[in-house]
Amino acid sequence: MMKKEIFEPFNISDNNFEQCVKCTICTVYCPVLEVNPDYPGPKQSGPDGERLRLKDPGFYDEALKLCLNCKRCEVACPHGVKIGDIIQMARIKHSKKKPKFRDMILANTDIVGSMASTFAPLVNPMVALKPVRRIMDGVLKIDHHRIFPKYAGMRFETWYRRYAAKKQMDFKKHVSYFHGCYVNYNFPQQGKDLIKIMNAAGYGVHLLEKEKCCGVALISNGLIKQATKQARHNVEAFKKSIIDKKMPVISTSSTCIFTIRDEYPHLLGVENNEIRDESELATRFLFRLVDSGKLKLVFKKNYKKRIAYHTPCHMEKLGWSIYSTSLLRMIPGVDFVSLESRCCGIAGTYGFKKENYETSQGVGKPLFDQIDSSDVDFVATDCETCKWQIEMSTSRSVQHPISILAEALDVEATMKLWQNESAEISL
Amino acid sequence: MKFDNIIIGGGLSGLTCGIKLAEQGRKCAIVSSGQSAIHFFSGSFDLLGQVNGEEVSHPIEAIKNLADTHPYQRVGIENIGRLAEEAPQLLNRAGLKFCGKADQNHFVLTPMGVMKPSWLTLDDFTCFDQKHSFPWKKVLILNFSGFLDFHTLFVKDGLKKFEVDSQIKNIAMKAFEAIRKNPSEMRSTNIAKVFDKGDVLDEFVKKANLLSEGFEVIILPSVFGLFNKKVVDELKAKVNKPVVLVPAIPPSVPGIRSQMLLSRRFQELGGTFFMGDNVEEGYFENNRLMDIRTNNHGDIKLEADAFILASGSFYSKGIVATHDKLYEPIFGLDIDGDTDRSQWLDEKFFKDQPYMHFGVKADSNFRALMKGQAIENLYVAGSVLGGANALKEGSGAGISLLTSLHVVEQILK
Repeated sequence: MMKKEIFEPFNISDNNFEQCVKCTICTVYCPVLEVNPDYPGPKQSGPDGERLRLKDPGFYDEALKLCLNCKRCEVACPHGVKIGDIIQMARIKHSKKKPKFRDMILANTDIVGSMASTFAPLVNPMVALKPVRRIMDGVLKIDHHRIFPKYAGMRFETWYRRYAAKKQMDFKKHVSYFHGCYVNYNFPQQGKDLIKIMNAAGYGVHLLEKEKCCGVALISNGLIKQATKQARHNVEAFKKSIIDKKMPVISTSSTCIFTIRDEYPHLLGVENNEIRDESELATRFLFRLVDSGKLKLVFKKNYKKRIAYHTPCHMEKLGWSIYSTSLLRMIPGVDFVSLESRCCGIAGTYGFKKENYETSQGVGKPLFDQIDSSDVDFVATDCETCKWQIEMSTSRSVQHPISILAEALDVEATMKLWQNESAEISL
Repeated sequence: MKFDNIIIGGGLSGLTCGIKLAEQGRKCAIVSSGQSAIHFFSGSFDLLGQVNGEEVSHPIEAIKNLADTHPYQRVGIENIGRLAEEAPQLLNRAGLKFCGKADQNHFVLTPMGVMKPSWLTLDDFTCFDQKHSFPWKKVLILNFSGFLDFHTLFVKDGLKKFEVDSQIKNIAMKAFEAIRKNPSEMRSTNIAKVFDKGDVLDEFVKKANLLSEGFEVIILPSVFGLFNKKVVDELKAKVNKPVVLVPAIPPSVPGIRSQMLLSRRFQELGGTFFMGDNVEEGYFENNRLMDIRTNNHGDIKLEADAFILASGSFYSKGIVATHDKLYEPIFGLDIDGDTDRSQWLDEKFFKDQPYMHFGVKADSNFRALMKGQAIENLYVAGSVLGGANALKEGSGAGISLLTSLHVVEQILK
């Protein structure tokens, strides 16, 4: 085995931008620059601008808020410059703009979510009304084109405690589930689908000791103190599961898991060494089991669908879309269409803001065109905000790979395989 | 995760290996730490332009005069001709069209205004038969107002040697005002994106036709057809004079298009492209590389029967030099290069610099050496090989293409 330590790249200072060779490749792959020339581009905003800002913070340009934080510049960079992180850190350090009331509403997905889901029968029809959307547009500057995701009447956590918690003890192996705000307040079905699959694979699924929103929207809206507090809380909750109970944590949201693994240490300075390796996406967890021969999935014979997979930006950065697509390709009745990996333009709360609407839709257009001409039954993706954007901007609906697997899986046949095996072992 | 073959490096060499293996039905993956040097592609692939300071007219002939340690010699004179025929065919299947032959160099007009010998030139550009003459006498050099990456005066000065009367003019158009606002972002790719959208070419052609009255030919920077090659063809069809495109400062528009076509071809053949990932270490057993661990995939190791290291030279960090050491950063393979730093450089900048010849040591079958032992299933291809000063010789693309095809033949044997 080679030891990697001796081959760390030589860096003259602590600044990662020293690795930049000014090749400009990042600027080719910036989706914002392509549609909005007011944005100075990743090279100028990142490594080039950082040198100036070190001399004098007065060089900070508020136009950096136009960055989507898609990290496609980092994926393209051949020299490992953390361009996206440099830009986000500059915003955190230097931005003088105070978050608006609107930004706080958009960023506090869990507080707003818990209120809205309590009054879901009232809130859902209200925010769907045109006059209400006009007022939100005029007063809050939340673009009226946007359709808010519906809030569920019963939260996922409530459902879990009432109907699922007890059964989880029947299994020998266990994982914790970081469900995230979307599953909890808007779409509990996705969480139910995950439990169905994990149970079929022989794993009991548990909630963390009070998870908090990962904080991705707080970071992008400049609410750093609050984001840091929530990050610390979550890392402790993960530790209890991973270290104390030896239960890895899985999630169904690519952005939540990306934030927890990478943005916590890079942007918030919250150390996550002890939990990072065992915090991952459910599709990666399942793929590993299948790939190493520890799990065999049996699928229904009558499931037949043509599905296109969209790679969310944070999946591109994680490099993990292969896990989701490999699992989908295992379903015999799936006619799989791969879409060219492009940003959909929503970037969480970015696209909800009136001032970003045009950029957001401009960025997404090539993807929308691909989807509309792909003749598929629906689109699969791992990110909830990509789902909203694609459903609003194309003629196709979107499903999470886990929900697709849950529908296509023959649960009993899958369970029988490992039940028989463990019976044999115990004999 | 199991593949038949894994290639480390997604540049010209890695993609050539990947495409050829995938065409033979191999399940392949490419791991690339980011986008590659194809983004700096001038539009021409050189096989051999210079040997011992003498310009080469017939590359295949001239290869015989190279040192025994040169990658071409190691591929073998008996193989070079055949592989040099095969390379453009492979590129062609990916949608890239070239002019040029391996037994006779042609010439291309460089941004410095000189004629440079070359092997394969992308059909965006113009191939010339003569080094010392230019087919036209009255030349218009046309640029975009505010575009700093095309140095028109160099071209004009260069053309003077051919007794050509050339004039420089600029075109300003409303469509480019938005990108001009930010001078650092007025790049060839951003201009190309405006043309790609489809509605400004006609206006541009109209202006170009008007400005070129009284001229025989128009020279333009190569800023056409990033995602859509049709823009180039349409430009040439609609402008009423011959158009000669000249490469601009990178990022290169035809280069990025080529990269996209090649990686698309690889993926359409079933290949998996891991972009933006780094190989952190390899696990060796009995002189075989069993699997590699990457940054993104962590404990989910990537396994293969055979691996190819096509990680590039210094610029792509395929090999690295620090103040006191020279090393191959992924596996710590043996390096063919001087351990004494004082021997790395020649003080005379334009001399044949010794460090340019450094690369990973490989046996006669192009298998990498580690502590003097050949790793049975780890092959080396492209510029990480060393043994040549590609810059001096004009041999970079040729070495990438031909060593890659050769290595794949070793694997398929």
